[in-house]
Amino acid sequence: MLHRTQTILLLLVFFCSFAAAAQSASNEEFEIAERLEACAACHGDRGRSRAEDYFPSIAGKPSGYLFSQMKNFQEGRRRHAIMELMFAYLADDYLEEMAAYYSAQEAVWTPPTSSWSASALERGEQLVERGDPVLELPSCTACHGASLKGVAPAIPGLLGMRPEYLSAQLGAWRTGVRKAEAPDCMATVARRLSRSDIGAVTAWIASRPLADDHRPDPELTRELPLPCGGVQ
Amino acid sequence: MSIRTQGVIATGVIALLAAVLWINWPDLVAEPIAAGVEAQATPEQIETGEYLARAGNCIGCHTERGQAEYAGGRAIGTPFGNIFSTNLTPDAETGIGAWTSADFFRAMRHGRSKDGRRLYPAFPYTNYTLISREDSDAIFAFLRSRAPVESPRIPPDLRFPYNTTLALMAWRALYFRPGQYVPDEGRSDVWNRGAYLTEGLGHCSACHTPRGSLGNIDPALAYAGGEIPSLGWDAPPLNPLTSDETSKHAQAEQMAALLKTGVSKRGVATGPMAEVVFHSLQYLDREDIDAIVDYVQTLPRGEPRSVQRGPRVPERQRQTLLTRGASLYAEQCSDCHGMDGEGEAYKYPALAANGLVTSPSPSNLIRSVLFGGFAPSTEGNPRPYGMPPYSHQLADDEIAAILAYIRNAWGNGAPPVSVTEVARY
Repeated sequence: MLHRTQTILLLLVFFCSFAAAAQSASNEEFEIAERLEACAACHGDRGRSRAEDYFPSIAGKPSGYLFSQMKNFQEGRRRHAIMELMFAYLADDYLEEMAAYYSAQEAVWTPPTSSWSASALERGEQLVERGDPVLELPSCTACHGASLKGVAPAIPGLLGMRPEYLSAQLGAWRTGVRKAEAPDCMATVARRLSRSDIGAVTAWIASRPLADDHRPDPELTRELPLPCGGVQ
Repeated sequence: MSIRTQGVIATGVIALLAAVLWINWPDLVAEPIAAGVEAQATPEQIETGEYLARAGNCIGCHTERGQAEYAGGRAIGTPFGNIFSTNLTPDAETGIGAWTSADFFRAMRHGRSKDGRRLYPAFPYTNYTLISREDSDAIFAFLRSRAPVESPRIPPDLRFPYNTTLALMAWRALYFRPGQYVPDEGRSDVWNRGAYLTEGLGHCSACHTPRGSLGNIDPALAYAGGEIPSLGWDAPPLNPLTSDETSKHAQAEQMAALLKTGVSKRGVATGPMAEVVFHSLQYLDREDIDAIVDYVQTLPRGEPRSVQRGPRVPERQRQTLLTRGASLYAEQCSDCHGMDGEGEAYKYPALAANGLVTSPSPSNLIRSVLFGGFAPSTEGNPRPYGMPPYSHQLADDEIAAILAYIRNAWGNGAPPVSVTEVARY
C-alpha cells in the first residue's frame, strides 16, 4: 500500500515539476515577446511577417545572421530610418537575446501571389543551383545551402521571402545602400547579376516552398567560393 | 590736409581700434594658461578622466557610427552647415598625440585648438569653459591612455559668411566669456556640484535652452526648452519642473531614475535623451545624478519660449478627431498605456500629465508614435521595452485623431495637432 502511494506521489511531483518547467519556459518566452512588441508591428507575431513584400520574416533565421543585421543597422552599414532608430541605444547582450529568440521561432511559408514566365524560372534555377561561370557567379546553394535553408550561425536561409524584398536587397547591394562586413561577398555577387538575372533569381527563390526540414544547417562544412566578412 | 580731414581720419582709426579690441575681447581677457606638469598619468587620474569624459559625453560627438571610439569624423549638423568632430585619440599626426595638457585645457577653457585656430561652438566650449584645470588634465590623461587611431581632420562645411574667421571672432566677442565655475557660497556642496556638472560638462543648456538666429544660447531664456533642428527633436523646458512642493521629492526620484536608468515610474528617455543616457548619464555615480537633480529643481521659473504654432484645427474638426481618437486609442494604445493613460511603471510611460504629450511643440510626440523605439539599454534597465512604429499601420488622419485624444484626455487639455503636421514626418 505504502509503496503504491509513494509511487503516485513521486509521479505527481515529477509531472508537476515538468509542468512548472514548461510553464516557466513559456513564461520566459512571453516575457521576451512582450518586450519585443515593437518588432511585431512590422515583422509579425513571433517574427512571421504578414507584409512579406516589405518586412521580411525573421523567424527561424540563424541567430548570428540576425545579430549581424542588427549591428549593421546600428553602425550604418544598412540603412532604414526606423531600424536604425530601434537598435541605436541597445546593448549587444540584449541584441543577442533578441536574435536567439527569433532564431528559435518556427518559420512559416505562404505561397506568393505572383507568377513568372517559364524562361525566367529556368534561368533562376540555373543561377541558384549551378551559378554562371562566364559571369563568375557561384551558385546560391554554394553558400546558402542545398535547399537554401541557410547555415548557422551567420548565413541566412532565403526561403519564405517575397520577391520584392529579395530584389530590393540585391538592388541595395548593387548601389552600396546595403553593406555587410568587408569583404562584402554579396556586393560582389549583386554586381555580377544583371537586372533580368536579379528578377530570375528572386522569382525562383520566392517560388520555392519550405521543405519539412527547413532549419539552417548546424555548421559550415565546406569552403565558401567567395571571401565573406560577415561569415568568417 | 585740413583739420577736418584729419579729424575724420582720427575718428576712423579710433573706431577701427575699438572694433579690433571688441572682436578680440574674449582672448584678451583670457587668463594665461600655465604649462602644467607633464608627469606620467596615474591610474586614478585616468579613471577620473574616463568618468569625466562620460559626464561630458565626448564620445557622443567624437565617434562616427561604426568607427573607432573618440576618433572623430562625425558630422554635427547646424543651421549654418556641418562641422566635423575631431580625432581625440593620441595619434601624432591626426589626433592629440603631440598635445600637452595645456593645449587641451586651452581648447576646453578658451575654445582654441593647439595651432591657435578658433573652434566652432558646435564644440560646446561655452559650457566646458567652466571646467577646472584638474578635471581637464584628468580627461586629457584618459584620452592619452587610449590607442592611437589615424583619422584625419575634416574641415567644416559652412555657408558664407559663417565660414569666415571674422564671423567666428564676432560670435565669440558677442557670446563667449571664458571662466571657471565659481561656487555659490550660499548653496550646499551638493548643489554646487550639480551646478558644475549641469552647466559645465553636462552642457544641458546646449539643447534645453533656445538659441538665437546666430546659434547663440539665450541666457534670458535659460532652460526654457529648445528645438534641435539638426535632429528634428525638441528638448523640453527644465525651468521649473514643478512648482508643487509636495511632489518635489517624488519628482526628484523620478528624474534621477530617468537619468540613471532611462526609465522612471511614469516616463522614458527617448530620442536624443536616450543617447545621452546611453552614452553618458548612466555612468555617473548616484551622488552626482542626485546633485544634478538637486540643481535642476532649483532652476528659476523663466519666460516660456515662443514655439511656432502649427496650422489651427477648426472646432468641429476637433470634436470629430476626439471621438475617433478615443476609439482608436482603445484599440491601438490602451493595452500598454492604459485606458486612463496611466501606463505601467518602468515599462510603458504614462500619457496623463506627460510633458511630451502636451508640449506646444508636437515633434517628439509625432515621432514617437510614427517611428516607435526602445528605451536605452542601461545597467539599471538592460532589456528595455519598446514601442511599435505606427507609420505602417495607421494613416496620418488616424494618428492625428489619436494625438488629439491623448493631448486632451485625463486633464491634459492641450490643443490637437493637424493632419498636415503629422504628414510632414
